[in-house]
Amino acid sequence: MQLFPCPFCGPRDETEFHYGGDAGNARPDGTEVPTERWAEYLYLRSNPKGSAREVWVHMTCSEFFVMERDTVTHKVLSSTALGGEHAA
Amino acid sequence: MTRSYSALSLFKEGLAGQTGWKPAWRSPEAKPAYDAIVIGGGGHGLATAYYLAKNHNITRVAVLEKGWIGGGNTGRNTTVVRSNYYYPESVALYGLAHRLYEGLSKDLNYNVMLSQRGMVNLCHSTGEMEIGARTVNAMQINGIDAELLSPDDVRRVAPIYNFSADARFPVFGGIWQGRAGTARHDAVAWGYARAASRLGVDIIQNCEITDFIIEGGRCRGVQTSRGAIRADRIGMAVAGHSSVLAAKAGFRLPINSYALQACVSEPVKPILDTVVLSPGTGVYVSQSDKGEIVIGGGLDRIPSYAQRGNLPTLETVIAGVLEMFPIFGQLKLMRQWAGIVDVVPDSSPIIGESPLPGLFLNCGWGTGGFKAIPAGGTLLAQLLASGKHNDISRPFDLDRFASGRLIDEAAGSGIAH
Repeated sequence: MQLFPCPFCGPRDETEFHYGGDAGNARPDGTEVPTERWAEYLYLRSNPKGSAREVWVHMTCSEFFVMERDTVTHKVLSSTALGGEHAA
Repeated sequence: MTRSYSALSLFKEGLAGQTGWKPAWRSPEAKPAYDAIVIGGGGHGLATAYYLAKNHNITRVAVLEKGWIGGGNTGRNTTVVRSNYYYPESVALYGLAHRLYEGLSKDLNYNVMLSQRGMVNLCHSTGEMEIGARTVNAMQINGIDAELLSPDDVRRVAPIYNFSADARFPVFGGIWQGRAGTARHDAVAWGYARAASRLGVDIIQNCEITDFIIEGGRCRGVQTSRGAIRADRIGMAVAGHSSVLAAKAGFRLPINSYALQACVSEPVKPILDTVVLSPGTGVYVSQSDKGEIVIGGGLDRIPSYAQRGNLPTLETVIAGVLEMFPIFGQLKLMRQWAGIVDVVPDSSPIIGESPLPGLFLNCGWGTGGFKAIPAGGTLLAQLLASGKHNDISRPFDLDRFASGRLIDEAAGSGIAH
């Protein structure tokens, strides 16, 4: 069982967290967004092997945050509150 | 020299003291250039090479595998073969694979130990029964064998299920596919490797791709840990590592990689002669030919490239097994493992040309790549040979994410995504 650090609640059981996607995947703005750009925003993922910046939600406090994590070792490198533009 | 497996060759080798057997596939050095390269020596990659040689007469083919063949997901699954899907596009795809599996041992001259013991997807409420009836209708309309089981029918095929009055997941019936079953997963990889090698395909193990050779906007080859290897047509069948290779080729894919874990118990006497899946517990179970109870469940909760499962998911899976089969409470777990699967938003695979011309994709099978190996190989081989889709692979092209024509098979895949 792994502990994840919620920036608001501290270290908590991994089962309290839900993965929310790539950090920095900002929603396209404006009315003239090409189809490919929508598809990119909705579906394409970096899915890195190694260090990854991801949005997570701590379900028990409902707060979203950015966690930097190694996807091979599962080591957590940082955990910060969500800033503007999904903390790009 | 004994090359073909038969009762006669077995008898002759018995008389000769088993001294004439040859390695099942050659291990040549890589040539500098081929007509086609297949990246990934798992089931899909080896099948692709085999069908390139067999169906399209393209034999100057290299299969490049970073580790050893069949050492990735092909050796890490739960060996179930089935085609009980909902949408016509999926049925055409998995139905093709299922039909090819039925003739595979003969085709490859290698016993893949296909055992069509049948599979039941349980329904635990009247609502699930209605969905079950709809699924059975869809399967039958699409020409796939399917039957709606009553509670008594389920009791007949899986008598050790928890049918007690206070069961948390009571049985209202089930969806039955009699042609479903299991196959020996390693034999599928080895059988394809042997058959492809005999047709001239070079299988290069311990050969990792470090970069793609891109000239004039097209993929012209790969840089590997064993030097540059060139080909104008390159297919990629690397499952959970598709995003890693895509990044080297300069594009992204609609894929998240997750660990999918499974486990087996110690071997016991025959007690379960079918495959049982419960959507309620999210768990499916079968008994291997050796007697082990083979247990699979849902994806792990966090994106991962670590080839090991995590404890919370294993606990959920085991709790589900004991809910379904209280009699298994005495079993000891022997092994637990995980493979890295490439999960796509609509739970359907991606087959087609990549954004880099000359590089073709076979990926996104998620939790269900094993059952699809013969179809994935056939279709990628056709793409590599002709550069064009056939009717079965066309709907699974990467362009569906821009056009919105998704094939949402999250239900057909049977487990939570």
